[in-house]
Amino acid sequence: MSDRIVKAHVGIGSPVTATALVASDDFSARYDLDRLEGVFSRPAHKLCGESYVDKILVLNTAKGGVATAWMLYEMKSRGMAPAALLLNAANPIMAQGAALADLPFMDRFETDITAAIKNGDRVTVDPVAGTVTIHG
Amino acid sequence: MRLTDYEQAMLAGKFGEPRRRALEQQIKVGRFFDAEDFVEIAQVHLMADTESLGEAGVAWLEELASFPEEERKVRVPTVTDPRGVDFDAYKRLGQQDAWAALEQRAIDAFTAMHFLMTDTCINYQTIFPPAFGEHVAFGDTGSTIYANSVCGARSNFEGGPSALAAALTGRTPRYGAHLDSGRKGTHRFVVKDRPKTLSDWGALGGVVGRATGSYWTVPVLEGIEGAPTSDELKHFGAALASYGSVPLFHMIGVTPEAHDRGDVFDGPMPDPKTIGQADIDTFYEGFGLHEDGVDVVVFAAPQQSLVEMQALAGLLKGRKISDRTTLIAATSPEIKSACDRLGLTATIEEAGGIVLKGVCFYQMYAREIGEANGWKRLLTNSAKLANIIAGYGYEPVLAPMGKCIDAACAGRMSK
Repeated sequence: MSDRIVKAHVGIGSPVTATALVASDDFSARYDLDRLEGVFSRPAHKLCGESYVDKILVLNTAKGGVATAWMLYEMKSRGMAPAALLLNAANPIMAQGAALADLPFMDRFETDITAAIKNGDRVTVDPVAGTVTIHG
Repeated sequence: MRLTDYEQAMLAGKFGEPRRRALEQQIKVGRFFDAEDFVEIAQVHLMADTESLGEAGVAWLEELASFPEEERKVRVPTVTDPRGVDFDAYKRLGQQDAWAALEQRAIDAFTAMHFLMTDTCINYQTIFPPAFGEHVAFGDTGSTIYANSVCGARSNFEGGPSALAAALTGRTPRYGAHLDSGRKGTHRFVVKDRPKTLSDWGALGGVVGRATGSYWTVPVLEGIEGAPTSDELKHFGAALASYGSVPLFHMIGVTPEAHDRGDVFDGPMPDPKTIGQADIDTFYEGFGLHEDGVDVVVFAAPQQSLVEMQALAGLLKGRKISDRTTLIAATSPEIKSACDRLGLTATIEEAGGIVLKGVCFYQMYAREIGEANGWKRLLTNSAKLANIIAGYGYEPVLAPMGKCIDAACAGRMSK
């Protein structure tokens, strides 16, 4: 299979390649995560129990509070952050947090990114070019 | 982004390293959201509890605070959101000395930068309400949605690092709610049954939030006859922002930018969704009941106003909270002082309740204090708290204040 490229708005951070962790759910670091263990902890979240550490985390939209802006930096400082975060629709908090943490972050894809990428896909995120490459 | 000469100089480091860094970070965000320029702001509300900051965040703050005073001093009045520790109560709650020490380090850093340590998420009720049309940089989703919607001020959700950057530069990227185009209605809701209690208003916010669900949507509500109170709008907005990540709503005939529908819709209006009592009932039922016992009853998120504290004290007067249940009410330091002076704190404490100042339940290491105290079954009249706290290992139930008090005294809920 060949690589597929999905275009998006220009993002924040540097290019990175890693394995994708995907769900159509929304995302908040405060509401959904056990940040010490590096896993999703909100029972109603589809990824509950899954580790997000060093994964390309692919979810629908940002929700909830402002705390995530600090949390991304704190998670990254402990080596317990995702490798990148892709959302169909960002909110300011995620962008502000990614800017502080220097975490690769993108949104506004040409297609539903949670459907385009399958769990376990090998993915290259390039926020500078505004592209995501799904390796075949 | 288009930068003024002043901003170019700031970016070149002419006003010191902290301001240069702050502007650089703001430009990244501005570009991400296609902001054309910056807008000057009048005040900042900063969310920076130590649970979110962590050791790394506090160390980052301390480094900023180590620059010369001229370079680290904030440019506009900057107030703070609740902290992670109430120094007068943390041991009693099973909080650790290490958390208090980390909190003190953060406070020292903020103070060195000339922050006003107000430690409140109800700054719009208690400190310095923003004026109509004023551009501000507010953290805490509840304070932002209130400022935008009820006051008619203009702010995006500014997370801690972003609000801090705005405090240092005196400006913020102009996108989203700062633009007229970002304040137009996108969704219509007709409210058939006016909410009665504060938790009903929160439930309405939750219902609308679930139906919007993106930062870039602006719900417009119709059918609310006569102005709700400040506390009602507070609970509605906080829940809407929590469930929907929404920073702004309009209420036709109530909020200042929405005298009529024509004010808030450009072109054809979306079809309305009707919300009635059945939707509110379903929202409550989604949480169930704690008939077998309640471990902790919490009044917080947002912090309690003086009027809410008076209502709580009135309901608790002459009663005793069950030995099996802990009751916590969190408010701001200013309101706590007023409650002390007016005898409300004494009434709540005589009934066995705990009044906390300068903190909010979910921002004070909720998972750890839950484990330390054996709290799992939580009851609250805050739809926002009910939404957040499940992620911290609690089983939340939503009920009006009166039912919460009855359950606190009985040690369990009844139908």
